[in-house]
Amino acid sequence: MAVASLPAPDAGGPIAPESGRGLGREWRSFWSNPLAIAGISLLGFLLLLSFVGPLIYHVNPEATNLLDTFAAPSAGHVLGTDALGRDELARLMLGGQLSLEVGFAAGILSVLLGTLYGLVAGLAGGWLDAIMMRIVDILFALPGLYILLLVDSIFSPSAILLVVVISVLSWLGTARLVRAEVLTLKQREFVHAARSLGSGTWRLMLRHLLPNVMGVVMVTATFAVGGAILTVAGLSFLGLGLPPPTPNWGGMLADGTNYIFQNAWWLIYPPGLAIVAAELGVNFLGDALRASFDPRLREGRA
Amino acid sequence: MLKYTVSRLFQAIPTLIGVTMISFLIVHLVPGSPVYTMLGPKATPHMVALFNAEYGLNLPLPVQYVRWLGQVVQGNLGISYFQNQTVMQLMSVALPRTLALIGLAVVFAHVFSIAMGTYQARRVNRWDDHALTSFSYFFYSMPTFWLGLVMIMIFSFYLSWFPPGGLANPGQPPVGFVVWISHIALPSITLILLTVAGWGRYMRTAMSETLVQDYIRTARAKGLSEWSVLFKHGLRNSVLPLITFVGFSIPSLFAGNLFLEEVFNYPGMGLLTYNALINHDYPIVLAAVLIVGVLTVFGNLVADLLYAFVDPRVQYT
Repeated sequence: MAVASLPAPDAGGPIAPESGRGLGREWRSFWSNPLAIAGISLLGFLLLLSFVGPLIYHVNPEATNLLDTFAAPSAGHVLGTDALGRDELARLMLGGQLSLEVGFAAGILSVLLGTLYGLVAGLAGGWLDAIMMRIVDILFALPGLYILLLVDSIFSPSAILLVVVISVLSWLGTARLVRAEVLTLKQREFVHAARSLGSGTWRLMLRHLLPNVMGVVMVTATFAVGGAILTVAGLSFLGLGLPPPTPNWGGMLADGTNYIFQNAWWLIYPPGLAIVAAELGVNFLGDALRASFDPRLREGRA
Repeated sequence: MLKYTVSRLFQAIPTLIGVTMISFLIVHLVPGSPVYTMLGPKATPHMVALFNAEYGLNLPLPVQYVRWLGQVVQGNLGISYFQNQTVMQLMSVALPRTLALIGLAVVFAHVFSIAMGTYQARRVNRWDDHALTSFSYFFYSMPTFWLGLVMIMIFSFYLSWFPPGGLANPGQPPVGFVVWISHIALPSITLILLTVAGWGRYMRTAMSETLVQDYIRTARAKGLSEWSVLFKHGLRNSVLPLITFVGFSIPSLFAGNLFLEEVFNYPGMGLLTYNALINHDYPIVLAAVLIVGVLTVFGNLVADLLYAFVDPRVQYT
C-alpha cells in the first residue's frame, strides 16, 4: 500500500499561485501575524499624525514667535517650540507629510524600476541577461549614498529630484530578486503552456510572470520605502536633502542638533522617534509580508 | 581553489573599471566648472583658461578619464581645490581614522552578534529571545545620526562621561591612548549597536537553522561539550551568511560612518568628504567614492573567497 501513504496532492506543501489568484492562504497567514498588525498600526499612526493631525491641532507650523523660543512642552505647545518659537508638534505633522510622501514615492518608483529590469533580464536570458546583471554588479559596488550626496551638492535638491535619484540608486536589489524569481518561474509548466499557446513576450511578462513575482515585489517595496524614508531624512539632516522652509523630520533633527547643550530634548527626540517609528513599522510589515509571501520561506526553510 | 581565486579576481576587474568610470563621469558631467567656485565671479577668461589648462579640464572627457585613471593607479588622486594639499595627503590622515572606527565596530559587532545570535538560537521563542529580538528591531530601525545624537545627549550632556566629539580636547593636541579612546568611544558604540542589531538577526536565523540539523544531534549524541557543539560544529556553518553579509555591508558601514563622523565631528574620511561636498571640492569627493567603491569590490571578493574556503560545497570553478 505504498500509494496510500503518499499525501494527497493538496494536503502537503502549500501550492504556489499559478495565475495571481489564490493568494488567500498567504493573506490569511499575513493577517494572523502580530508583526503585520504592529507594522500597519505604526505606519497608520504616522499617516494619521501627519495627514489628519493638522486638521485637529490648529497651530500654524510656520508662525514664529521670538518671545517664546525654546519653550519646553506645555499645554500651549504640546512638544515645545524651536529656536524661532515655532510649534514643534505642528512642524512634526507637516514635516511628516513631506518625509512620508517622498519616501513612499521613491521606494515605489525604485521597486517599479527594479521589477521591470528583473523581469526583462530574467525573461531574456542569455547574453542580454548576462550583460544586464553585470551592470547591476557594477552598480552595486558604487557607494550609493556618496553619489546621492554628490548629486545633491551639485544640483539644488527638490522633492522630485530626490525621488528620482533615490530610486535610480536603489532598484538593484529588487532587480536581482525579481530576476531570480523569474528564472525559477520560467521552468514551470504554466509558463511553457502559455508560451506554447502563443503568448507574446509582453503578455507572458505582464499576465503570467508579474502576478507570480508580486509576493517578492511587495516585500522589497516595503523595505524600499523604509530605506527611502531613512535616506531622505539622512540627506536632509546633512543639509543636502529637502530644502527649507517646508519642514521635514531630518531637517528638524538637524536644527535641533545645535541646541543639544541647551537641553532642548524636545527638538531631538520627537523627530527622531518619528523616523524610528516609520522604520520599525516598515521592518515589521516587511518581515510579516516576507514570512507569508516569500516562496523560499514558504517552503519551510525557517 | 587557486583557479577559483584567479577567475574571481578577473571578474572583479570589469567591476572596478565600471566603478571608476561611473564615479568619474558623475563628477565631470557637473554643469558649471569648478573654476567659478574657485576663482570667484571676478575671474577673467584668461584666468579661467589658465586654470583649466593647469588641471587638464580643457581636454575631452575620455582623455581626461584615461589620464586620471593612469594617475590613480600610481596613487595620485589629484589636488584638493581648496586645501592646497594632495587628496592622497588628506586621505592618508583621514582614512586610517575612519578604518579604526569601522574596524573596531566590525570586530566587536562580530563578537557580539555571534554571541547574541547563538544565545537566541538556543532560546528560540522564549522570553529572552523575544527581548533580544525587540532590541534588534529597535536599533536596526534607528537612523545612525539620531542614535549618535541620543548618545551625545545621554553620555556627554547628562552624564558627562565622554566628550561630545572631535578627536582631541579643545585647544590641545591629540595625545595618549586615553584621550583617543574617550573620543572614539561614543561613535564606536553607536556603530557597534547598529551593526549588531543587523547582524545579530542574521546570526539568529542562521544558527537556529543549523542547530536542528542531524549532524548537530550527532555531535551532541557523541557527548561533545555544548561549547564545542555550538562553536566548532554549529558556527562553521552559520557563520557563512555572516561572512557574505559583512562583505556586502561595506557600503552601508561607510555610509553610516559619514553620518557618524558628521554628528561626532570626528575628522575621518566621512567628515572630509562631507566638508568637500559642501565646498564642492570634487577631487576629494571623487577619491572618497573611489575608495569606498574599491573597498566594496574587495569586500565582496574576500567574502566570496572566504565562503569558498569555509564551505566545502562551493565549486571552485
